[in-house]
Amino acid sequence: MMNSTPAVVTAELRVHRGKSDVITDLSVSVPRGQVVGLLGPSGSGKSTLMRAIVGAQKIAGGTVTVLGAPAGSPSLRRRIGYVTQAPSVYEDLTIEQNLRYFGRVIGAPAGDVARVVAEVDLAPQLKQLAGSLSGGQLNRVSLAAALLGSPELLVLDEPTVGLDPVLRHDLWQLFASLAQTGVSLLVSSHVMDEARRCDRILLLHEGKLLADETPAGLLQQTNTLDADDAFLTLIARANHRDGAAA
Amino acid sequence: MNPRLTLATTARVLTQIRHDPRTIALLVLVPSLLIGLMAWIFVNSTVFESIGPALLALFPFIIMFLITSITTLRERRSGTLERLMTMPLGKFDFIVGYTLAFGLLAIIQSLIAVGYAVWVCGLTISGNIWLLILVAVVNAILGTTLGLFASAFAATEFQVVQFMPALVFPQVLLGGIFLPRDQMPDVLHSISDWLPLSHSIEALQTVTTEAAATGTVLREVGIVALWALAFVILGSITLRRKTA
Ligand SMILES: Nc1ncnc2c1ncn2[C@@H]1O[C@H](COP(=O)(O)OP(=O)(O)OP(=O)(O)O)[C@@H](O)[C@H]1O
Ligand SMILES: [Mg+2]
Repeated sequence: MMNSTPAVVTAELRVHRGKSDVITDLSVSVPRGQVVGLLGPSGSGKSTLMRAIVGAQKIAGGTVTVLGAPAGSPSLRRRIGYVTQAPSVYEDLTIEQNLRYFGRVIGAPAGDVARVVAEVDLAPQLKQLAGSLSGGQLNRVSLAAALLGSPELLVLDEPTVGLDPVLRHDLWQLFASLAQTGVSLLVSSHVMDEARRCDRILLLHEGKLLADETPAGLLQQTNTLDADDAFLTLIARANHRDGAAA
Repeated sequence: MNPRLTLATTARVLTQIRHDPRTIALLVLVPSLLIGLMAWIFVNSTVFESIGPALLALFPFIIMFLITSITTLRERRSGTLERLMTMPLGKFDFIVGYTLAFGLLAIIQSLIAVGYAVWVCGLTISGNIWLLILVAVVNAILGTTLGLFASAFAATEFQVVQFMPALVFPQVLLGGIFLPRDQMPDVLHSISDWLPLSHSIEALQTVTTEAAATGTVLREVGIVALWALAFVILGSITLRRKTA
């Protein structure tokens, strides 16, 4: 079966943005049916990598293979759900109108709007203009849009930003249950605490892969007790290496 | 291209505009008010008779250009375009969807502007009024499609606004409003032949002053329609799924 192949494989990926190389020689893989956390300092290239995976980013070299096809292939457009870092919804439409439209574009079944709205806990606001929602609510509308049509791969750029612990907990539970049904998820985050909830963690630093580990493995490897410390240790080691090389 | 998705996009854009009644009011009324103002300025002369038709081309063209280019720029900046481009929406569906939505507004706007110019401001029409309406509508759609195309090259609202003097004003200056085009220096006359707005103005002037020139008017309108079509195609081609 095709499903034994990873959801995403990049090989020697290079991305150039503005005047600099944002991603250099990155080879990673995202297994199927797991929640994979994409972590790294601000500016390390998380969003850029995600854009490359969904086919929105011009790349300078290497390959990105998604669900067995080259990234950006037309056949993938129905099979990937993507949440951009800034909520990408129409502020002058209601939640329902937003989701109806995106649902039509993706070819989602009619009942899908109600389903995804319930999943992100926004049913009471269904008729509210998106522009009048709170930041966290707006983020969840953006997430709901990505869940339409039950895609096989979800690429979520900081979907839990601005949410309270209860909502964050609920969403991570949703991610886990989606993974259980075979959906592959790549979720970027700034909150190290969220790393615990992933099946695997990819740690990016200046466009390079620092670690590809399970949360437990990461703690073990760095001899630390929590994700924050593990992260700091790995970054410090990387900086040390870079410093030594220079 | 998928007609279902094109129409879904049209419906979505119209729903967005419906949530903004002030824009609708401005869109529909401002051209008429400006034409009324011009008629009033020239109430004691015959100037309005000669420039009135050109005004029917000018104001809707400029307003539709601005509205369309800013709306699509907003789509680019808000990330919704990036999202749509990762979804199974064709580039044509996007551009044509927008063209249809704003085209509908253009029709309403032109009907009101023509009605106002003829029945309130007393613009005399020698030709067929329906032909006049056709020209006005196609011309407003031209503004829409030029706006769609131009917004591809603008990264900010400032740039879009600068496209006005860069892309629109030369067409206005060379369109034959200030001086009939055949009295311009040869070079400028030849350039003006290649500007779509010149043909809109030509068509409107012909239909208002000549009763039996339907052929000429249709030919000019045809040229304008071809330009609009060209802008739709160029707009779709310049839309990028992958960006740097
Ligand atoms: N449009 C652009 N033009 C030029 N450089 C860019 C552009 N977008 C991003 N960059 C640069 O690319 C690098 C990686 O950006 P990216 O958005 O991928 O980081 P990130 O890891 O997602 O950061 P954050 O956690 O803050 O969201 C940064 O140094 C950024 O300055
Ligand atoms: Mg980012």
